[in-house]
Amino acid sequence: MTGTMTGAKLSLQDLRIAFGPRRVVDLDRLELATGEILGLAGESGSGKSITALAVLGLASTLGARVEGSVRLDDEELVGAAESRLREIRGSRISMIFQSPVSSLDPLLQVGELFERTLRLHGVRKREASERASNAFREVLLSVDLLQRYPHELSGGQAQRIAIAMALALRSEVLLADEPTSALDVTVQAEILDLLRRVREERGMSVLFISHDLAVIAELCDRVAVMQLGRIVEEGPTARVLGEPEDEYTKRLVAAVPKIGVRA
Amino acid sequence: MRASTAVEVPLLEVEDLVVEFGPVRAVDGVSFRLPAGPYGLALVGESGSGKTTIARALMRLVSAASGAIRLDGDEVVGSSRALRAYRRDVQIVFQDPTTSLDPRAKIGSTIAEPLRAHGIVPRAEVDDRIASLLAEVGLDPDMAGRYPHQLSGGQRQRVAIARALSVEPRVLVLDEPTSALDVTVQARILELIAKLRRERGLAYVLISHNLAVVERLCEETAVLYLGRIVEHGPTEPILARPAHPYTLALRSAVPEIDLAARRSRIVLPGTVPDPANPPPGCPFHPRCPYAIDRCRIEVPELRTVDGRTVACHRAEEILAGEA
Repeated sequence: MTGTMTGAKLSLQDLRIAFGPRRVVDLDRLELATGEILGLAGESGSGKSITALAVLGLASTLGARVEGSVRLDDEELVGAAESRLREIRGSRISMIFQSPVSSLDPLLQVGELFERTLRLHGVRKREASERASNAFREVLLSVDLLQRYPHELSGGQAQRIAIAMALALRSEVLLADEPTSALDVTVQAEILDLLRRVREERGMSVLFISHDLAVIAELCDRVAVMQLGRIVEEGPTARVLGEPEDEYTKRLVAAVPKIGVRA
Repeated sequence: MRASTAVEVPLLEVEDLVVEFGPVRAVDGVSFRLPAGPYGLALVGESGSGKTTIARALMRLVSAASGAIRLDGDEVVGSSRALRAYRRDVQIVFQDPTTSLDPRAKIGSTIAEPLRAHGIVPRAEVDDRIASLLAEVGLDPDMAGRYPHQLSGGQRQRVAIARALSVEPRVLVLDEPTSALDVTVQARILELIAKLRRERGLAYVLISHNLAVVERLCEETAVLYLGRIVEHGPTEPILARPAHPYTLALRSAVPEIDLAARRSRIVLPGTVPDPANPPPGCPFHPRCPYAIDRCRIEVPELRTVDGRTVACHRAEEILAGEA
C-alpha cells in the first residue's frame, strides 16, 4: 500500500457492490493521485469494470447496490444526487471503452456530438467548436474528422476521439476500460503514447483497466490486481509485475506469453 | 527449429492466391506451403492485412479470383464430393467460441454431428468417441450433457477444438484461437494446442496478431500487409531480426511485461491505405521510415535474404542496421 496520499484525486474506500445477494466487489481502499496512471488488472468477472461504473454513479442503473465511499477531491459521490452526478460525469470524470466506435452516437457527426455534449455541460456554442478543434489537434487528428459519422472512423480514430472528448470537457479523471483491447498492436501503441502525453500535459489522472499485464507494464505507474472483487496486490508496477508476492498475481504474470522466451 | 524444406509434395499448398471483393483485392498473390505435421505456420498481420480472408479461402468459404489451393498436390475444384473430403481434411477453430457453437445444441450433439456426417465411427461408438475427444481436450466427458452457455469461454474453445478434431483432420486452421480469452485461460489453450501438436502430429495454420503466441507454436511465419506477404521464413530469426520495416514496427509495438526486454518503438505515421486504391510502388512506402525514391515507384518482389523471403528494396541494409 502506498498509504494515505495527501491530495488523492479519487479515492475509493470500503466499496461494496452487489447484485442481489451476490457481492461482486469488496474493495477496502484504492487511491488515484493527480496526474497518476493507475492500472486495475484482472480477468473477466474480477469486478474491475463495475468498479469504474460505480465511480460514475452508473452501477446502480445496472441494478447493483453500491455501499461505501467514492470521493472526488473531497466530494462524496456515493449517494450524491443524480443531477450532481450528471454534472460530474464528463466535465470532471470521463470514461472511454473497449469498443470506441459503438461508444459514439451513430446518428451524429462527430462535430455535432461534441457540440451537443459540450453545450450540455454549459459551454457556449462558439467556445464548444473551438474546444473541439483544439482537442482534435491535441490528439493528433485532422479536424476534417469532425464532419464524419462514427461508422466512417477506424477503431484507432474513434478511440482518439473519445479521448479528445474528455480533453474538450476538461475532465480531471479518465476511466479507461480496456481502451486498447480491440485495437491492432501498432494502433494500441499510439493510444498508449497519447495517454502518457495527456497525463504529462494536462495532469490528468487515469484509471486504466486491463486484463493485459504487458500493456499495464508499459503504461502504469502503479497497479492494483483484482480477483473476484478484491484487490489482492497493489504497488509500483515494476515491483508488482517484476516480483509479485500474491499467488494469483504470480499466476497472471506467468501466463503472459513473452517473445524470445520459448516454453 | 526447421523451416519447410518442401522437396516432397507439401500437405497443403497455396499458390499465388488472389481474393477480390468488388474493387478490393483483399489477398494479392499469397503463396505458402504447409508440410506434414507436427508443424505450425503463422499468418501475422493487423486489420486489413488479409489474414482472415486467407483462412476463409482455405475453408472454401470465399472463392479465389485466381491462384490455387492444393491438398497433397491435388487442387480442390468444383465437385461436391471432393469439397466434402477437403472440408473433412481441413478444419477451422474460430476466435469466438461463444458464437461458433450452436447455443441450442448440447455439447455432445455438437460433436456428434460431424462424427455422423462424415461416418467417422459406427453409430454405436459415437458416445464413446465424444467422451474420448472431450477427455483429449481436457474436459470432463460429462460436459457432453451441457449447453454452451453453461461453459466458460475457455471450456467452449476446448469444445470447438474437440469438434474440429472429431473428423480427424490433417490440417487445422486456427483463427485467433485465444484472442477472446483471459490470459490464464489463453495460456492453457496454448498448452493444449502444443499437446495436440505433439500427440497427433498436427499441422496447422495459426492466424494471430500476438507475436509471442506465434513464436511459441509455429516454426514458420508469414507477415502480411495489405493482402501481401512482406516477410516469410523461420519464426525465430524473423522476430529476433526482422528484415522488413513493417515486421520491425510490429515487433517494436508489442508491449513487454519485462521492462528490460523493451525496445525502442518505431512509430508508423498514418494508417493502412485503402485497399481499393493502394499506393504506387511498395504498398508500405507511405508509412515506412526507410522509404527512398525507388520504393515510391517500384513494387518490391519477395526475394531471399538471409534465410527468409522479404519484399523490401532495403532489406540488406535494414538487417545490417545501416538503413
